[in-house]
Amino acid sequence: MNPTSDALQGWTPVFFAWLIAMLSTLGALFFGEVMHFPICTLCWYQRILMFPLTLILAVGLFPFDRKVIRYGLALAIPGGAIALFHQLLVVGIIPENIKPCVQGIPCSTTVISWFGFVTIPVLSILAFLTITALLLATHLRIHR
Amino acid sequence: MNQKTLFAATLSILLMAFAGGSFYYSTQQAEQVNQLAEANRASLLRMHAPTLGKAEAPVTIVEFFDPACETCAAFYPRVKEMLAANPEQIRLVLRYAPFHKGSDKVVAILEAARKQGKFWPVLEALLAAQSGWVLHHTAQPDLVWKHLDGLGLDMERMAFDITAPEITALIEQDLADAKALNVTMTPEYFVNGKPLPSFGYEQLKTLVDSALGEARGK
Repeated sequence: MNPTSDALQGWTPVFFAWLIAMLSTLGALFFGEVMHFPICTLCWYQRILMFPLTLILAVGLFPFDRKVIRYGLALAIPGGAIALFHQLLVVGIIPENIKPCVQGIPCSTTVISWFGFVTIPVLSILAFLTITALLLATHLRIHR
Repeated sequence: MNQKTLFAATLSILLMAFAGGSFYYSTQQAEQVNQLAEANRASLLRMHAPTLGKAEAPVTIVEFFDPACETCAAFYPRVKEMLAANPEQIRLVLRYAPFHKGSDKVVAILEAARKQGKFWPVLEALLAAQSGWVLHHTAQPDLVWKHLDGLGLDMERMAFDITAPEITALIEQDLADAKALNVTMTPEYFVNGKPLPSFGYEQLKTLVDSALGEARGK
C-alpha cells in the first residue's frame, strides 16, 4: 500500500468532500454577508466546524495524505451532530426551554424554506453527512 | 485533466460564482431600496422630527439613529462638519431608531430636554459620554443623568416630561417609518430621499456632494 495507490483510490472522494465544504462555506457567507441574514449561535458553531474543512481537505489533496480523513471526520461528525440538534429545535422536537440561545437571535426561527422543508439546518445536515460519508468511503477504499 | 488543474478550475469557478452572485444580489437590493424609499416618501419626513439647519435648505439629510449606537456617535461629528461647511445648503433631520435595549428611555430624556430647548446640547453631551452609559450594548438610562450636569436643565420638569405619552407615540411612529423604509441598522441616511448605496462615510459624502452639486446647478 504505497502512497500512490492511496492517492489513486482516495483523491476523488476527498475532492468531492472538499467541493461540498466549499459550497457550504460560500453559501453560508452569502446568506450572512451578502443577504445579511441574522446568524444564530448554533449556526456559528456549525460554521466553526465547516469553514476549516475547506482548508484542511484542500491541504490533504496536495499531495494526497490519508490522514486528512481523520482530521476531516473530527470536524464533520460534531458538525453534523450540531446541525441535527439545530433541526430538531426548528421542528420543535427539542422544547424551547433547553435551547442554548436565549438572547439575541432565536435559533428556532427559520429564515429560508425551499420547497417547504429545505431549511438552512437541513442543508447543513446534508452537507456534514455527505462529507462524513465520503471520508468514510475513502477510508474503506484505501484499507480494502 | 490533471488533479491540480481540476482543483484550481473548480476553485476559480466557485469564487467567481460567489463574486458574481454577490454583485448581482447587491445591485438588485440597491434598486429595491431606492424604490422602497421612493414609495415611502411620506415616512421619511415627519413634522415632529428634530431638525438642524435652515428649513428651505436644498439638501436634506434624514438620519435614522439610536443614541446608544456607537457608529451613530462616531458619524455625528462628521455630519456636523458637513453642515458647518454648507450652513445654508444642508438640513439635518433626525429620526429615532432605538434598536438597543433601554435606548427608548434615553430617547425620552432627549425629547424631555427638547421641551426645554436643549435637545442638541443634550444629544451632543450624551454621544460624547456614550461609553459611560452604554454597557454591553445595553443603554442604562439611570447612568445618563450625571452626564447632563451643567447644561442648565430643569431636572424636576425633565423627570415629569420623560413620562409623557406623546413620546411613546413618537417613538412608535419613527419605528413604524423605519420599518416601512426597511431601516434595520443605524445610522441610516437618506439624502434628499435617496438611501446610501452601501454603508460608509465616503458613500454619504458622495451622495451629499452630488445633491449639493444639483442644488447649485439649478
